[in-house]
Amino acid sequence: MFPQQASDPAAALKAALPDALLDVKEFRGEITLIIQREQIAEVARFMRDTPGLLFTFLSDISAVDYYPEATRPERFGVSYHLYSLLYNRKVRLKVFVPEDDTTVPTATDVWPSANWPEREIFDMMGISFDGHPDMRRLLMPEDWDGHPHRRDYPLGYETIQFSFNVEEILKHKPSARDARSTND
Amino acid sequence: MAIQQAPDTQIQGGQWDGSLEELRGLVSERAMTGETMLLNMGPHHPSTHGVLRLLLELDGEEIVTCIPDIGFLHTGIEKNIESKSYEKAVVLTDRMDYLSPISNNTVYSMAVEKLADIDVPERAQLIRVTVLELQRLASHLVWLGTHAIDLGAMSVFLYCFREREKILDMLEMLSGQRLMGSYIRPGGVWRDITPEFLPALRAFLDIVPSRIDDYETLLTRNPLWIDRTQGIGVVEPEVALAWGISGPTLRGSGVNWDIRKSSPYMGYETFDFNVPLGEHGDVYDRFLCRVREMRVTVKILYQAYARLEKQPTGIFRSQNRKFVPPPRAELGRSMEAVIHHFKLWTEGFSAPDEEVYVSIESPRGEIGCYMHGTGGTKPRRVHFKTPSFIHIGALPVMTKGHLIADLVAIVGSIDCVLGDCDR
Repeated sequence: MFPQQASDPAAALKAALPDALLDVKEFRGEITLIIQREQIAEVARFMRDTPGLLFTFLSDISAVDYYPEATRPERFGVSYHLYSLLYNRKVRLKVFVPEDDTTVPTATDVWPSANWPEREIFDMMGISFDGHPDMRRLLMPEDWDGHPHRRDYPLGYETIQFSFNVEEILKHKPSARDARSTND
Repeated sequence: MAIQQAPDTQIQGGQWDGSLEELRGLVSERAMTGETMLLNMGPHHPSTHGVLRLLLELDGEEIVTCIPDIGFLHTGIEKNIESKSYEKAVVLTDRMDYLSPISNNTVYSMAVEKLADIDVPERAQLIRVTVLELQRLASHLVWLGTHAIDLGAMSVFLYCFREREKILDMLEMLSGQRLMGSYIRPGGVWRDITPEFLPALRAFLDIVPSRIDDYETLLTRNPLWIDRTQGIGVVEPEVALAWGISGPTLRGSGVNWDIRKSSPYMGYETFDFNVPLGEHGDVYDRFLCRVREMRVTVKILYQAYARLEKQPTGIFRSQNRKFVPPPRAELGRSMEAVIHHFKLWTEGFSAPDEEVYVSIESPRGEIGCYMHGTGGTKPRRVHFKTPSFIHIGALPVMTKGHLIADLVAIVGSIDCVLGDCDR
């Protein structure tokens, strides 16, 4: 069996799944295919299995939050970075996720390696993946509140303690205050 | 004097107050009835190379399920980078994969260079290749030492760290720091190579091949080592690719994919080197792959040395003053230099509201950096795809059906660094 000539991913996708492909962008030589959110799993399978494409390797899944500038159609974006070992080339699939419905179909059925990256995105961005076998938090503690990588989540820091603000700081630290009173 | 009993001290402990129900679906049904045993390995266990917790379901000594639990070293580096200008975030990337900070610096800098369109002079690329390969050697030495010590070969560790010390000394000559030098910056490197660096590199290269022979004498044909590693943790090539495994761990399974060859960066295409491959995909083949890779690295370093020797000083970072600050000496004579210096160190440079993804070959595998600009001086999102994260994610597949003693060998063979995994 001879490998088929490499074909243009955008054209091949347009021919097979015309509704799925919304737009094609190119920046610094990287091709981005913007995909309809509901069809991402189908497109993923197409990209992996079609002769001429064979994007068998999923490098990474990353999510980005466009809050508050709103320079994109929806608030969140999820990027899939695919790599084809046979043809030695890369492509990026991108879906936009609205704020009021943060679900994306999972790609774990296509690439098992999507498992942890998807969990990480759920943990950090609050985007959940439909059909994922184990949608739990990954990096943050299980009982953590909020999703730290959202742009409206504060960066958070520890106030530096001086003699003039020590009382103010201890007010917000119940455990430290208790420890102090028992020592007295 | 009587020993005073501290009041109100009670030793806390005892049964775990959670319920097995939390684990339903993750472990097999046999664990629910108590037929198999649940065992916690870590987070403080010497052979997990950091703070990795593995929840194991054991049938006797055999692993039925392995559930990795990570996040103990999560430090929010990606979130922190969002609040810093592009140049200032380099120091944070050092702290991710603390055994090869240079690879992290490089992948981050390359992403910034691609996003903002900064050129990297040829000599700067050459210096980068030199330090990248030195770092690869240092990282592999730590891996070899700790992997061997996990399986009971104590002395290899001592020899490996002896050579690693020399590499760290050389990195100190360049950046002033042994471990986290932030030597690679967007646009080039921080400063030119120092006069003592090249002689030190030469002296090191002359001894290191024989030292690698020494390690091989201790391990490669050692029957105990072979017993512990051959046929353990076998990963078929298809499985490895499906689970996203990369680097020497993938090449141990015989898949010829090295980013230095397939999509060369920093002028790797001008170096003459080969990519060692394994056959069986077991722990032993991954070991052989990495040891051979150390020899390949020495070969690349010889070529880099020959080129650096021809031009020991020269341009080491981009001359585009809109992105790279001018040399300090220029500030006294040039008004433009003062303005550029001020602008770059207060505000920083801007990059477009677009996304890029760059990946390079770190000692552990493919390390990728996804970067999305805002159009301003700070990134909107920086995400690192790190090899340890992906490899630990694939541990359940690699360990299934093996004995618990072999788990130590498998964890060692994927060369995971938990700082790299949790970021």
